[in-house]
Amino acid sequence: MDFNQVFMSKVKKVIVAFTLLIAFLSIKNDTFAQVDTVSSLPVDTAVTATHDAGAVANHDGGNTEKEKGFDITSFIFHHISDSHFFTLFGHGEHGFTLHLPIILWTDQGLVTFSSSAFKFNDDGKEVVEKNGQRFVMAHNKIYYANATPNEHGAFVSHVEKDGAEVVTNVRPLDFSITKNVFSMLLSVVVLVVMFTSIASSYSKRNGKSPKGLQSFLEPIILFVRDDIARPNLGHKYSAFMPYLLSVFFFIWMNNVLGLVPFFPGGANVTGNIALTSVLAVCTYLITTFKGNKHYWKHIFWMPGVPVPMKIFLAPLELIGTLTKPIALAIRLFANITAGHILVMSLLCLIFIFNSLWIAPASIFFAVFIGLIEFLVAFIQAFIFTTLSALFIGMAVEDHH
Amino acid sequence: MDLLVPEVGLLVWNSIAFLLLLFLLAKFAWKPIMKSIHEREQSIDDALNKAELAKQEMARLTSQNQDLMQQARAERDEILKQAKTLKDSILNEAKKQAQVEGSKLIEKAKIEIENQKKVALAEVKDQVSTLSLEIAERVLRTQLDDKSKQEALVANLLKDVELN
Repeated sequence: MDFNQVFMSKVKKVIVAFTLLIAFLSIKNDTFAQVDTVSSLPVDTAVTATHDAGAVANHDGGNTEKEKGFDITSFIFHHISDSHFFTLFGHGEHGFTLHLPIILWTDQGLVTFSSSAFKFNDDGKEVVEKNGQRFVMAHNKIYYANATPNEHGAFVSHVEKDGAEVVTNVRPLDFSITKNVFSMLLSVVVLVVMFTSIASSYSKRNGKSPKGLQSFLEPIILFVRDDIARPNLGHKYSAFMPYLLSVFFFIWMNNVLGLVPFFPGGANVTGNIALTSVLAVCTYLITTFKGNKHYWKHIFWMPGVPVPMKIFLAPLELIGTLTKPIALAIRLFANITAGHILVMSLLCLIFIFNSLWIAPASIFFAVFIGLIEFLVAFIQAFIFTTLSALFIGMAVEDHH
Repeated sequence: MDLLVPEVGLLVWNSIAFLLLLFLLAKFAWKPIMKSIHEREQSIDDALNKAELAKQEMARLTSQNQDLMQQARAERDEILKQAKTLKDSILNEAKKQAQVEGSKLIEKAKIEIENQKKVALAEVKDQVSTLSLEIAERVLRTQLDDKSKQEALVANLLKDVELN
């Protein structure tokens, strides 16, 4: 594959960069050992008392012992998880935030209101009453509120589980247009506009060489056709081209949008298991419904092996059909989420060390990893599409 | 672990959005785009094939031309050769004919000469006989002037006759 070269050289560079980063950090640790004895602890427990970092940490649960500290874990997880707000700049009431609509399917039917009703409270302390029902938001999820507040003033009950606090309140079905949904719908609109416009330029300039956006996208379309679909699907490729192209450009667009740090990017759409599982289920459904009899025969009654082996292999093969899409979903989700966590962690180094002097290194590495993430955005779209094509190809392959 | 549990709302929205995207793009984008790309590739292939054919045709025509030239040259040579043989044969024929004609003429001339000779000879004979007769007459006249001599001759002649 053409990408081997890129992978190899990039991997080496990444290794070099990380070695440098780790070396740099160890030097820093020694230097600040006296003033910052906790910095050698894992980042999620590192507590640095600082007034400016404290301002960013107000979404940090009701945990009293970390009230003034900077909780890296919750900060990062806040950024990679879905949200009912879309912050354009600033923070909370001091910034400019897009309040996304909340759509709930409750016990008493559909309830809609703006997320501004929660007044940025994410700890379950702000109760919203609609249609005689009371809702609170905690960790960006909507719950039915308790009748009375607990000792922290929150209308939710917590349970300690695996060292994390889990809200036990009942949730209504949440069909809100969240940050992820908004970003994804935006990418759908952009993709549809982009590709219908180049489709019209194809019909306008029929038989002529591509021009403008068309000439930028055509090599990518041809890449999907010639390097993804054809090698894996053979002569049957054309029936699956719409799916493969759509998946490829949808994932790529959302990956890239996720890397853009400001509105309308920044939502971790492809790093959300919901989206990746929807896509993986689509691939699974295609392989299941388009699979020919050879494919099913290989699963339930493997030819060329003794009968006891056939019986032994059938359940394994059947599980194999499920693990493929699950691996697809988790691979994309984990890669993109990991990239976001990495970039955020590098930026958080400034707050962990509580020093402005770390900022240049931190930003340098964040930019470097950000650029690699652009490569990863493409590669993950490519891998998802290739594996989808491969699985479909296995299901529709002719046996001779 | 929150990260690994898909939200129902997100699942629903994602499914709707992706299926909508798939439908719209498949209908309004991929179909015309792929068709157009396919057609263009086809036309490029066709054009290349045609160019190849034209090249072959060119080569064929060139070789045909060369063949024709060669053939023409050979024909010309043949014609020249034929003309030369024809000329030679005509020349020979003419020579032969001339010879024959000449010999015929010579023959004729010979015969003519012979004839002339004969005629001349005959004439000469005639003249000789006339001359001899005249001479004989004159001789006889002179010899037979006297009577005795005439009688002697007659007697002589008679003697000869009797002998015969």
